[in-house]
Amino acid sequence: MGAMFRSEEMALCQLFIQPEAAYTSVSELGETGTVQFRDLNADVNAFQRKFVNEVRRCDEMERKLRYIEAEVHKDKVHVPPVKDMPRAPNPREIIDLEAHLEKTENEILELSHNAINLKQNYLELTELKHVLEKTEAFFAAQEEIGMDSLTKSLISDEAGQQAVTRGRLGFVAGVVQRERVPAFERMLWRISRGNVFLRRAELDKPLEDPNTGNEIYKTVFVAFFQGEQLKSRIKKVCSGFHASLYPCPPSNAERLDMVKGVRTRLEDLNMVLNQTRDHRQRVLVSVAKELGSWSIMVRKMKAIYHTLNLFNMDVTKKCLIGECWVPTADLPNVQKALADGSNACGSSIPSFLNCIETDEEPPTFNRTNRFTRGFQTLIDSYGVASYRECNPALYTTITFPFLFAVMFGDLGHGFIMALFGAWMVIKEVSLAAKKSNNEIWNIFFAGRYIILLMGCFSMYTGIVYNDIFSKSMNIFGTSWFVPYDNETLETNAALTLDPKDSYVDKPYFIGIDPIWQTADNKIIFLNSYKMKLSIIFGVVHMIFGVCMSVVNYNFFKRRYSIFLEFIPQVVFLCLLFLYMVFMMFYKWVSYSTFSEDIAYSQGCAPSVLILFINMMLFSSSEPEGGCKEFMFEGQGTIQRVFVLLALCCIPVMLFGKPLYVLMAQKKKDKKTQHSNGNVNQGIEMQEQTDITVPPKAEAKSSGGHDHDDEPFSEVMIHQAIHTIEYVLSTISHTASYLRLWALSLAHAELSEVLWSMVLRFGLTDHNYVGAIKLYVAFIFWALFTLAILVMMEGLSAFLHTLRLHWVEFMSKFYSGLGYIFQPFCFKTILEQEENEE
Amino acid sequence: MACKFCGPKLSLCGLVLSVWGIIQLTLMGVFYYIGAVALLEDLPLGEHHDSIEDFVAEVRKGYNLNAYNCWIAALLYVITLVVSGHQFWMNNRSSVSM
Repeated sequence: MGAMFRSEEMALCQLFIQPEAAYTSVSELGETGTVQFRDLNADVNAFQRKFVNEVRRCDEMERKLRYIEAEVHKDKVHVPPVKDMPRAPNPREIIDLEAHLEKTENEILELSHNAINLKQNYLELTELKHVLEKTEAFFAAQEEIGMDSLTKSLISDEAGQQAVTRGRLGFVAGVVQRERVPAFERMLWRISRGNVFLRRAELDKPLEDPNTGNEIYKTVFVAFFQGEQLKSRIKKVCSGFHASLYPCPPSNAERLDMVKGVRTRLEDLNMVLNQTRDHRQRVLVSVAKELGSWSIMVRKMKAIYHTLNLFNMDVTKKCLIGECWVPTADLPNVQKALADGSNACGSSIPSFLNCIETDEEPPTFNRTNRFTRGFQTLIDSYGVASYRECNPALYTTITFPFLFAVMFGDLGHGFIMALFGAWMVIKEVSLAAKKSNNEIWNIFFAGRYIILLMGCFSMYTGIVYNDIFSKSMNIFGTSWFVPYDNETLETNAALTLDPKDSYVDKPYFIGIDPIWQTADNKIIFLNSYKMKLSIIFGVVHMIFGVCMSVVNYNFFKRRYSIFLEFIPQVVFLCLLFLYMVFMMFYKWVSYSTFSEDIAYSQGCAPSVLILFINMMLFSSSEPEGGCKEFMFEGQGTIQRVFVLLALCCIPVMLFGKPLYVLMAQKKKDKKTQHSNGNVNQGIEMQEQTDITVPPKAEAKSSGGHDHDDEPFSEVMIHQAIHTIEYVLSTISHTASYLRLWALSLAHAELSEVLWSMVLRFGLTDHNYVGAIKLYVAFIFWALFTLAILVMMEGLSAFLHTLRLHWVEFMSKFYSGLGYIFQPFCFKTILEQEENEE
Repeated sequence: MACKFCGPKLSLCGLVLSVWGIIQLTLMGVFYYIGAVALLEDLPLGEHHDSIEDFVAEVRKGYNLNAYNCWIAALLYVITLVVSGHQFWMNNRSSVSM
């Protein structure tokens, strides 16, 4: 209990751990996640620390794990999620794990190397096969020509010579990538001046590149040429174009033989390849099972060694010394973790935990649960509370949804929002398990309880405003009736309902009377009502904020500030603005249409705003006949006194604290002179450390942010700024709360416009076609309701509420100068790394 | 016969929309039927009326007509609910079998 009221008490502790037990102890501390270690070797760079080698080993293991993971993903092997988190391995297991990782990596490396070799072979053989098969056609054609020419040679000698030369044609066969073919062809033509005859055929199926696994399209070619010189040139071109050449026997029979041989070899190779693939698959599947827990173990190890690097070595090298912040409530847990740690490694000497005094500002730690976390985040994003400062998040849990709802008041929209929030809250566990990278969704999900509460509160304010999708509900029976007869109704377009004749003098049970929905002057009435409402809420909220500062002054032992700051502040605020609120209530209560006294009848009610302005300016305005300027006797005098008293508060705020500080300093100066003498006398006998003790203790006692050490002029300047800011802000902040009215007006009007522009389209038909129109209109109406009224308006109301809390409320008491407590915790470390991935 | 023409998101959207539509339009129908004054502004009324009785009769007619229109639209949403529910089920089943 009381955990939310202010941040937890922290203690700075020294840990004395045996080097053997250090690893296990830190591992235990990481599991509990309750300590924040301080860097004791801030001046030592990362390479000179004690456990650099171990960190390097972890890095190496991480690299191997990454490689294995990449291979596993390449083969699309499913990695099962880790069920129970493994603990950090103890040093003996580390070596096993390292060896295991090494072995696995080598195995996979070898396997993939072999696979690449085999695939290379396979590729070459398939290419050869294709070359042999495709060239078949070319040679067949050539031989036909050859046969032709043979028969011709019988007839003529010339032709015979030609045939002989043709018979001596050499050729080169190979495979080249398809996109290189045109360039290749042109190049061959150029180097031979057109004397090379190139035949080509495209391969239908793509081949697989053994190294990258990409698909490549290739083309088989045969280049016929004449002469050795040309042959060498063509070969050079081929190698230039990365074309692979294959031996191709010129005779048909040999080629057939070769094709047969190649085919059998391919079959064998295919079998081998399949076996390799199966083997690889088996290895990867077995690795994938362990992969998750291995990587967690390695990460934990690395985190432990990083933490150990923050430790100091004792002079005798017999123990490691670490400093850490611990919430005092968690000290037993830390003790237990340390004991477990030293037990785990069988060390006989226990570790020590020693709380030390410090004048340093401890980190701020608010223990939150899943309900309060969202609200605490809202506060922390403004500024982390100073250590042990009053925590506004506690009050925000109610004021935030409430102020939101004042702006978002609509039963229907609130219901939609509450439904969404409730769905997220009910499905919490399963939704949290599904980790999403969608940032907007994550924001919504983190704020699920806020959304639920905002929805519920909006439903309430919706009932009060009597708005459900801009329509009113007449549940309890309206208090108004129509006093006119049919004739009057027929002849007049608009009629005024005088409350004297048509009001039953018993207000509607809760909220606004539904009669107003049909009235022409609805907005005028609502404006006056909502404006007053927002000022009332604003003033109460601000007074509450100012009162919170008492808790801080009291806690930080600055009681003088209660008299010199809080009281003038709250008096100033109350005399001016709480008085205005009082006037509103007084006006509501005392003026009535049924009142006997003419001065308190409906026409005589004065404007509260005018009254207030007159009060500030000491002016007056003439009342109408029969009315009085003021609401009660002696109001003018009281107002004058109030204003003067309020003005008197300003100098108290301005000079009170600086003068007090000045006097306190003088008193202290006298004392310290006195004590200095003492120290000087004792310095010869006492150790030097004692001298530093007194100022330390003093600094601690004052706590918080104190102006004790600053010169008077600076204190004065600070105070002047504070005072001016406060006095001006009471006015501007009160006005700022009018946004409650403005936004709620905008929301109500927007939803009414949406209804009358969109949904009415389907409601004003004189026949049953209207049903279809209504069906279509409803789709658009629902869509716009969600997108504009719930999402956009909700967002804008949320932002305005946030501002009202950050600026108007928290500026009254909150300094927010602390820094957050970041415990060493495996869970957060692992989550962070996952998010980075 | 199992034809899938909506994606998982669209079918979910249709599901939510039709549930909302059924609830709201049925209720609106009821309110029109009992002649809720708040809905008077949305009635199909002529410009000119001869007498009060004439006007009341027309208003009554308008209320009834709108009530039936709302209920018909609600029925249309029931059909939408069935269709999108079927689509949603198809999508879910196919994603499970994959």
